[in-house]
Amino acid sequence: MKHLLSTADLTLADAIRILDTAGSMAATQGREIKKLPTLRGRTVVNLFFEDSTRTRISFETAAKRLSADVINFSAKGSSVSKGESLKDTALTLQAMGADAVVIRHHASGAPHTLATSGWTHGAVINAGDGMHQHPTQALLDAYTLRRHLSGPGDVTGRDLTGLRVAIVGDVLHSRVARSNVQLLHTLGADVTLVAPPTLVPVGVEAWPAKVSYHLDETIADDKPDAVMMLRVQRERMSSAGGGFFPSPLEYTRRYGLDARRLAALSDHAIVLHPGPMNRGLEISADAADSPRAVIVEQVANGVAVRMAVLYLLLAGGDAAPARPTNDEAKVNA
Amino acid sequence: MSPAVPLEESDDEVGNLVLGPPEIARALTRIAHEILERNKGGSDVVLLGIPTRGLPLARRLAERLEAVEPGLDASRLVGSLDVTMYRDDLAHHPTRTIGETDIPGGGLDGKVVVLVDDVLFSGRTIRAALDAISDLGRPRAVQLAALVDRGHRELPIRADYVGKNLPTSTTERVRVLLQESDGRDAVLIEGGTR
Repeated sequence: MKHLLSTADLTLADAIRILDTAGSMAATQGREIKKLPTLRGRTVVNLFFEDSTRTRISFETAAKRLSADVINFSAKGSSVSKGESLKDTALTLQAMGADAVVIRHHASGAPHTLATSGWTHGAVINAGDGMHQHPTQALLDAYTLRRHLSGPGDVTGRDLTGLRVAIVGDVLHSRVARSNVQLLHTLGADVTLVAPPTLVPVGVEAWPAKVSYHLDETIADDKPDAVMMLRVQRERMSSAGGGFFPSPLEYTRRYGLDARRLAALSDHAIVLHPGPMNRGLEISADAADSPRAVIVEQVANGVAVRMAVLYLLLAGGDAAPARPTNDEAKVNA
Repeated sequence: MSPAVPLEESDDEVGNLVLGPPEIARALTRIAHEILERNKGGSDVVLLGIPTRGLPLARRLAERLEAVEPGLDASRLVGSLDVTMYRDDLAHHPTRTIGETDIPGGGLDGKVVVLVDDVLFSGRTIRAALDAISDLGRPRAVQLAALVDRGHRELPIRADYVGKNLPTSTTERVRVLLQESDGRDAVLIEGGTR
């Protein structure tokens, strides 16, 4: 793995390796001294062309916990607002010696362009591009699901075979949904997308997921082990509901997770939300604050997952050692 | 690394057997006594094994401490200390898998930590372990036990307890096989020109 651009690129072994490494990272985060010297001397650039609080802070925390130097770069207040192109920005970062670029961009495919253009030699990590992918969010969701639902004991090495996950809401605009559908499918879970027909993307029949237009029916018939609520992305819609639904109230009635629907879930079921939440729209305060909601834990797991991704992309090298260590000798023997 | 696969007969022809099961058992028993003697009992001792093969060795030492010293509980003496994230050679190898770190209940503050590893070579693993320990607590003392000391130190580090000193050339390889991971106990020297 050189870059992390899309969950579609991850094999089952890759995905489990990231989740297991995240488990090791999480174990270090309960200590008094949380900082590890692993990426000392490496530079990670957070290149954010789109607003973000939690993802940027999460990546920054993860890089700092591994002792990497972090440079934050947001489009606002930089040369990008003067009209600098992605290429020139990337060349500048390359000249400054970035070992990894964490990029969020409003255009789908921008991280791919950055990774394949040769403008930067560092690892490229996609932190959300347009309506395309947000792989670290999907990985932290999978990590959270595995921790809660894959049975008792040590979860290391397990996948998510047989878990039923309902992803509810604005699937059309959601890179979180796209990343999750692919990753959860790779890990063996069954995914059902629940959304009003206007918020289901064209071509969804090619995705490895079922589609339903009725949240109540899905909860009653599918008995999902986890419900993932998506944010209604009103900034990507023109006005009010932008013609995607008649009114926020009607959306809430049909697709919002409220106390009644929460009570209808199985006893072990958990509620996820990638944040930020629109309380009162797609999720009620009852659901968001219930003990089943693992939304705050998702944020903590996000740091561990991003530490794992940074570790796996940056820590190793392929240069031959000056001489084999004894450890090495044992491995090769 | 492929653990738990019993070795084929041909391995003995390649490797030169240095220690067999009885020698390993005797060395560990001696080290256990030395640990107790030097620390005037085992009440403050914590044995931290460095994965992979340091951990089963630490467990075996703990069993011996328990057998000799009444009142000690083997399971509460042993921990595991993964040093992967503290290594200075990460950039020279393919990405390593991170092992488990598990510190026994009472923590490390004020304890006597005995690091346990199979082979002591350059000393770099132990350097990483010392850094890892300082992030976990402040032991009263840190000591080092190694089943084999093969020399060629690159750092000012020495073992307090050694199973066997084994003069080697740098072209040779020392392999430690343990029942728990490899199906039998043996220390072999391979390769090189002797």
